[in-house]
Amino acid sequence: MRKVLLIALLASAFTLTGCPKPETVKETPSAPPADSSAQSPVESTETGEGERLDAREQARRRAMAQRVIYFDFDNADIRPEYREVLANHAQYAATNPSMKVRLEGHADERGSREYNIGLGERRAQAVRRALMLQGTGDAQLVTVSYGEERPAESGSDEAAWAKNRRVELVYGN
Amino acid sequence: MRSSASILAGSIACVALFSAARAELTIEITEGVTDPIPIAIVPFGWAGIGKAPFDVAELLARDLRSSGRFTPMARADMIELPTRGEDVELDDWRLLRNDFVVVGQLQPGAEGRYTIQFELINVLNGQKLLNYQQPATTATLRAASHRVADLLFEKLTGIRGAFATRIAYVAVEGQVPNRRFQLIVADADGENPRVAAESTEPLMSPAWSPDGQTLAYVSFESRVASIYTQYLRTGERRRVSARAGINGAPAWSPDAQRLALTLSRKDGNLDIYVLGLGEQVLTRITDDNGIDTEPVWSPDGKSLYFTSDRSGNPQIYRVGLAPGDRPQRVTFEGTYNARPRLSPDGSTLAMVTLDQGAYRIGVLDLNSGSARVLTEGRLDESPSFAPNGAVLIYGTQDRGRGVLATVSVDGSVQQRLAAEHGDIREPVWAPFPTP
Repeated sequence: MRKVLLIALLASAFTLTGCPKPETVKETPSAPPADSSAQSPVESTETGEGERLDAREQARRRAMAQRVIYFDFDNADIRPEYREVLANHAQYAATNPSMKVRLEGHADERGSREYNIGLGERRAQAVRRALMLQGTGDAQLVTVSYGEERPAESGSDEAAWAKNRRVELVYGN
Repeated sequence: MRSSASILAGSIACVALFSAARAELTIEITEGVTDPIPIAIVPFGWAGIGKAPFDVAELLARDLRSSGRFTPMARADMIELPTRGEDVELDDWRLLRNDFVVVGQLQPGAEGRYTIQFELINVLNGQKLLNYQQPATTATLRAASHRVADLLFEKLTGIRGAFATRIAYVAVEGQVPNRRFQLIVADADGENPRVAAESTEPLMSPAWSPDGQTLAYVSFESRVASIYTQYLRTGERRRVSARAGINGAPAWSPDAQRLALTLSRKDGNLDIYVLGLGEQVLTRITDDNGIDTEPVWSPDGKSLYFTSDRSGNPQIYRVGLAPGDRPQRVTFEGTYNARPRLSPDGSTLAMVTLDQGAYRIGVLDLNSGSARVLTEGRLDESPSFAPNGAVLIYGTQDRGRGVLATVSVDGSVQQRLAAEHGDIREPVWAPFPTP
């Protein structure tokens, strides 16, 4: 009973925050992630039981709205600030075993292109392992590396490069 | 020109049967030799009716000037316009400070055929160095003229000319994230660009087959990386590797029977493999937890050079293909050496190297072990040798735009090829055409 309630809560949370909504592959694959919704405060909501969302639930929603993980230069270590984000995604995916998550790894433009494909893949694999360690099924996850071929930001400075060293989590069925 | 069969998963892939590309490239010489050879290339005679169908001399002058090794004389400065060797007044050309003079005629034949008749004369001693006839057709006048430039260049420098060759590169238009990728094949001087493939998803890593007839490349058109080969004459395309994970960095073996490539398989670990193109037999070459990628064949086909970060940062390694051969590290200077390419004679390795905080093109003499940096950009990448081994073409940036540049292997001559708009990158120089 408790579990069912939790899933209902989560489901409504996703709807409200515009978070993991199954999207077909035909939708623009390069659509920007829903990072922006992390900024919009989660209003109190009608959950049937009329509960107020506690701070933990709000944190969960913020975590789920974050679907881009950024990395340091030439590095695939997941920064501590993303642990909770990934824990929430892992839990969501684990409780929705039919849900598929595509992990798109990217690198900044410096250096050679195929080596950067390798760096993007290494980052996507780091996120994959983090999700699997927390219960996401292997079959739910697929990785792809775009290297430097699909930057989020154009420009050749550290600000653009930092935005481009990333893994995007793309939900779909 | 769009094929409905190639529309996959919401992305549009298009194999164009060599439609003309919009963007033509322009050449700018950014650095030349200090003492270029003065040469007069006199406008060719035309024995046919009306205006000559092609200005052979103008193309010869452009080719020679673009090499950075010659200063062709301006036409306006010529006081006579001989078209045959016996009409060349040696004293006059000597007074005009030329070392050599080229004269010739374009002669019409039957059914759109032509003969380019030309002579190369040393005006200091009157010696006739070349006296040739180059056949052509209406369609091949430009290519035939490039071959004449090749002959002149070789006679005067001792280096086989590479003007009558082609390059392939990737062109990108549009703003992030809505961009269009094109794989383009053009003459080595950037003329006659033709679109070989087009996609809204990335295209990358073009590689020429040894006969210069087929390109292998990576396409993300199905939202994952796959390797295709495409026969340029017909546009016929084969998907040769679409395994789980990365399919990247294709490189043809010298016998054209195999492709070296990078696969990550399901576990995401990039290693080098060799794929037999006939029977699709896959042989694993490296097995290491680091990133192993960017393989390139030695000219004898017995070993591969590749990038690996197994030591903690990317360096170049070499591995023999005999069973049990273990990779040997080749580069030791600096913290970043990647994407090796071998000169046609196998003596020199070109690579992307981190030099004073910038990514530049470096060369390593494999016999002496001496290394040097040839370029001065911040984001130089993708070096590719001309088939004569004398020049490298590579990708660089100019005011935020991707452009192509060439540098002679001794670093003395540099030039730049820019499109009118958009980014161009990943140039690969085709081999010499097979006769």
